[in-house]
Parts: sequence; C-alpha cells; structure tokens
Amino acid sequence: MDELIQAVTVAETPEQMVTAVKNLAAVKDPLAIPTLIAVFGYNNPAAAIVAAAGLTELGEIAVPQLLDQIDDYNYGARAYSIRTIAAIADPRALDILISTALTDFAPSVRRAAAKGLGNIHWQKLAPNEAEIAINRALETLLLICEDADWSIRYAAIVGLQALAKVAIVRSPISAKFQLMLTNDTEKAVRARIQLALAQ
Amino acid sequence: MIETSGEEYSVENAPNLTPEIAIANLQSSDLSLRYYAAWWLGKFRVSQPEAIDALIRALEDESDRTELGGYPLRRNAARALGKLGNLKAVPGLIKCLECSDFYVREAAAQSLAMLQDKTALPALIKLLDGGVDQAVQVPGFPHLAQPYTAVLEALGAMGATEAISLVQPFLNHPVPRLQCSAARAMYQLTQDSIYGELLVKTLATGDLKMRRVVLGDLGAIGYLAAAEAIAQAQVESSFKLIALKGLLEYQLPEQSDTFDISAPAIRIMNLIDSLL
Repeated sequence: MDELIQAVTVAETPEQMVTAVKNLAAVKDPLAIPTLIAVFGYNNPAAAIVAAAGLTELGEIAVPQLLDQIDDYNYGARAYSIRTIAAIADPRALDILISTALTDFAPSVRRAAAKGLGNIHWQKLAPNEAEIAINRALETLLLICEDADWSIRYAAIVGLQALAKVAIVRSPISAKFQLMLTNDTEKAVRARIQLALAQ
Repeated sequence: MIETSGEEYSVENAPNLTPEIAIANLQSSDLSLRYYAAWWLGKFRVSQPEAIDALIRALEDESDRTELGGYPLRRNAARALGKLGNLKAVPGLIKCLECSDFYVREAAAQSLAMLQDKTALPALIKLLDGGVDQAVQVPGFPHLAQPYTAVLEALGAMGATEAISLVQPFLNHPVPRLQCSAARAMYQLTQDSIYGELLVKTLATGDLKMRRVVLGDLGAIGYLAAAEAIAQAQVESSFKLIALKGLLEYQLPEQSDTFDISAPAIRIMNLIDSLL
C-alpha cells in the first residue's frame, strides 16, 4: 500500500500519474482515500477521473474525508470532489451540495452539485428526516431554476428530473417545468424540460 | 468570435448607471465616462432609440484618440450597436469598415455579422481585397492588415455564397486561426462536411486556446457530426457546453413548445447531461 501511494507522489509524467492512480484505486483500500482526493488538485484530468471512479467505488466510507477536504482555492479540484460526492449520493453530502449549488462562484462546480441534488439515496435517512431533506433539495433546485446562466438552469432541470422519482415532490416539479416551458428564454433549456417530461 | 472571458468567474457588474445617465455620459467631457457608457449600453441591452442614435453619433467621435491613432469610443460604440439589434446602425457601421483603426474595423465587421443586413456585404467583401497575399501582419502591430477572422465569419453567418471563391483561399492561410475561420465560413456557405471535419481535426491537434476557439466555431455552425468529438475534447467543460448548446439549437424547431424532440437533439442533450 505504501508503495502504491508513493508511486502517485513521485510520478513524473502525466501518463505515469494515471498509471499510478489506476494501480492505487484498483486495491480498493480505504487507506488510499487521502491520496486519491489529493489527485484532484494535480491538474491532470485523466488521473482525476480515475481517482474519482476509485473513490466512488469505495463509496460511503470516503464521504467524510471528501467532505472534509474540499479545496476552497481550486475550483477544478472542487468540481471533481463535488462530482464524486454526487456520484456516491450519500445524504450526508446534502448540506455541501446545497451550499455549493447556491453560492459557489464556479459554474462547473454548481452544475455538478445541482445534478447531484436529484440523485441522493434518500432511503438511507429515517422517513421524517428524508422528507425534510428532499424538500430542502427541491427548494434549492427550484431557486437555481431562476439563475441567469442557462447551463445552471439546465443542470437544475436534470436534478429535478431525478428528484421527481420521489412521489411527494412530483407535483411542484411538474408545475415548475410547465412554467419554464412557457417562460424560459433559452431553447436549449426548454428542450431539456421536454425531454424530462417525456421520460 | 466567442467571449472567452470569465465564464468561471461570474462577477456581477453592479450597474451604477441608468440608461438615461449612460446616454448623457456619451456626451460627457470625461472621455473615460463616454467609453464606459458605450460599453454599458451594449452590455445591458439598452436599445431605446435615444441610445441607438447616441451610439451612432459616437461612431464618428474625434475627441477620444490613443497615442497610436486608435479610436476607443468608436470601438465600444460599434461593439454595442451589434448587441442592440437595430438596423439603423448599419450605414454607420459600414462606414467604420474604412476607419484607419483596425479595432474599429474589426468591431464593425463583428457587429454587422450580428445584425445580418446584406447591404453590408459589398463593403465586407472589399476587406478581402488582395486575398491571402495581402493578409500579412502589419509591422509593429499584433494584427494582420484587416480583421479577416471577423470578415470571414460575417460572410459565413450572412450566407454570402457570392464570396465563396474569395473565402476558400484562406483555408491555406499560414495563421491557424484564420484557417479555422475560413473552414467555418465555408461550411456555412456550402454545408459540405469536409469543412466541418477540418474543424474537428483541430480539436485533436490544436493547442488549448485553439481548441476553445474551434469549439466556438463548431457551435456557431451547428455541425452535428462533431457532437461526440466535442464532448470528449480536452477543454474546460464550459466551452463544450456552449458548443453543444449551439448544436442543439440547430436541431430544435423555431417553436420548441411541441413535444417531438428529434433523436439527434436527444443525443446532444445526453452528452450535455454527462458534462454537468
């Protein structure tokens, strides 16, 4: 394990880095988590994608460190963290996904959070908690449907489409979709709503 | 021409002006206030007649000059008029194509492309006089003799098929950016996939800056066959999203409140979803 971690830290070329990260992710050992998270900050997209897949594979056990080690100074790294957190879909990530979707300055990070908000494993929460959490996610996504950036609104629709699998929020979501079909200024956004309604 | 700035840093430009103040500021004795007001009117899409008229007057401004003989206020006024969509600006912008300041000519060509008024075509085509042989760098300046990129893109956007034989030679211009602009225009004028593929090839071979530019080109021409190549390009996701949005818009009917989304449109949206 130490050797595998070492290999990531001493990799000299982007290709060596990808190989080292692949080898480290392959053992599926929780000890690899900090190193895999660190890879998000190396500005090596291929390696970051492998690291994200490895962390997603590890799942829930990686969540606390992922939440703890979000890089506030590197939006590229933050986008990978948020995507990974969204992919693991652990409800403990709800607060960070909400605050990111609402207030992060980087649109790429906000889009990842919006998409993730629709897919959380609500069943891992007690029923009364789940209802509160689902409604908070809904409220956030409805709010960013008003964003000035079309790509944020588009991501909100993708999030809402996933969230609509939950019966209790289906009706406000479809009401919002109908409203945006009439009012949204971007054809691309309206088309995505139609796709959501058709599925 | 794509705005490559600041997508990842969406800073709110707190508008401390009103349309009335901005229009008045175009006459201010403070030249920097004039310059800012012209930019502001375009940025906030202030298209009332008084704004248009004041900006058209600013195209002839003589008071704001740089040490190199440029006309900053004219540049900003020309850029703003393109955003405001009023054809009243066309004659003044055509006149700007003969301005001694390269950047005024460039801004005018870009704005004429946005306004899509074919009366501008002869004056735009005239800027290609001398063809590739004349398209050389001006000594001591970071630009070529004419704003060729803006001109080629305008001709493509306006469907100037009469200019095909003048555009085509630029596919072999030594400046890669210009080759791409020519390919973009040629695709729009002929719908021949050869030219779309030239752009796709640049996605794999060009440097990062070039890849961003080409994504803008592909989005602008809506070249559907490039969808997967765009999604996989080694570029920040925001550029890919804008390009795919361009492709998607080409696949949607004018009235998109019907429920028959085509298979290509769905394919593009699935790619966009995967980039969020």
